[in-house]
Amino acid sequence: MKVPEELKYRETHEWVRIEDGVATVGITDYAQEELGDVVYVELPEVGRAVRGGEAVAVIESVKTASDIYAPLSGEVVAVNEALADHPEKVNEDPYGEGWIFKLRIADPAEVEALLDAEAYRKLVASEG
Amino acid sequence: MVEFAGFAMPLHYGSIKAEHLAVRQGVGVFDVSHMGEFWVVGDEALPFLEYATTNRAGRLKQGRAQYTMLPNVEGGVVDDAYLYLPDPGRYLMVVNAANVAKDYRHLTALLPGYDAQVYDASEETALLAVQGPKTVELLSGLTDADLERPKKNAVFRAEVAGRPAILARTGYTGEDGFEVFLTPEDAPGVFQALVEAGATPAGLGARDTLRLEMGYPLYGHELTDATNPLCTPYAWVIKPKEPPFLGQERMQAAPCRERLVGLWMESGISREGYPVEKDGRPVGRVTSGGISPVLGRGIALAWVEAGLAEEGTGLEVVIRGRRHPARVHALPFIRR
Repeated sequence: MKVPEELKYRETHEWVRIEDGVATVGITDYAQEELGDVVYVELPEVGRAVRGGEAVAVIESVKTASDIYAPLSGEVVAVNEALADHPEKVNEDPYGEGWIFKLRIADPAEVEALLDAEAYRKLVASEG
Repeated sequence: MVEFAGFAMPLHYGSIKAEHLAVRQGVGVFDVSHMGEFWVVGDEALPFLEYATTNRAGRLKQGRAQYTMLPNVEGGVVDDAYLYLPDPGRYLMVVNAANVAKDYRHLTALLPGYDAQVYDASEETALLAVQGPKTVELLSGLTDADLERPKKNAVFRAEVAGRPAILARTGYTGEDGFEVFLTPEDAPGVFQALVEAGATPAGLGARDTLRLEMGYPLYGHELTDATNPLCTPYAWVIKPKEPPFLGQERMQAAPCRERLVGLWMESGISREGYPVEKDGRPVGRVTSGGISPVLGRGIALAWVEAGLAEEGTGLEVVIRGRRHPARVHALPFIRR
């Protein structure tokens, strides 16, 4: 299970990469493994204002449908349209081509509440 | 691993989709030892089974098996089951894992008046399902038995990988295949031998998507104690008889206000419990739903108003507040 050091994490298994006030969000390697074959990703609308913790996207796997939560408050500024044709990217490259949406961060203070790689690894170990 | 009816069961060994396609195209092996097995024996085992099951147990010749249901006194379904006659006069009934205790109580309560016994052999019986178009080829390498000749629903004793077994040409996937009854001591070695011969280990997840593509019911979803099976696509298992089976008159007298149908999703993936609508009006609910790995689209089984059950009828399934068009579809969803 890969948990890149440079990323932040939410306890609901989303990862966050922060660059210039924009957060790129996807699901972790652990999460994609648990969900199994991803067959569809329901993306949020660009321009939508979301609150941290709000369900904003849905990942459908062969097994089940799972909500994806906004790790931070902000405005959705981009979504990964490529997932419409290639939802399996979420399994194959969860931290790269499998990204789901980007948020312009409304309140940088919220970043402090996210987990670092070590804390996320501990969380997964306790769930496993 | 997931908890299912008190057993720790693999939901998948890697990918549900890969396991599903292995069964459709090659061979998969499922450990379904959690299923319950009852032996029904005695001079009046047959009249007892004619009363306690809906199919015609009396038509079962030695060496044959049939799908059947256990009716309750109210005209509902205690369980669905497979009934095998591997040995003269000794019936083997395979029931759902979650229902073993309930079924045993129910059946033994019906025994008084019959010279028959029901023996719960679930603990001492393991079951492997070897399923897929290449099953005969693969399994023939592990047994001296002729596997070409037995027809669908045949059952016989033979050795598999050197272990005594009951083999039945039955399954829950819609594919050719054999179910292999073994002792719990022998099962791991036989499972290993099957995998080494090329069978793909498959879990509960693929078992569910495979049965859904075929439109087969899963007890607790399509069938319940309150379900009238005459309102389902499985009504063919209900054979009114004289003397009648338990609850026969009530089952026949109950009208079908709703019917269980297959739904072909034009978009979206419906899941159990999602509402079904017709022009915005609630008309039913999904009992099982998911994506068909073969079709790459959503398929479902659902109860709908009886007047909307005709093939081709346009309906909507509400998925997270949005209506997705669906069409009533004949079963199975895929052509075999």
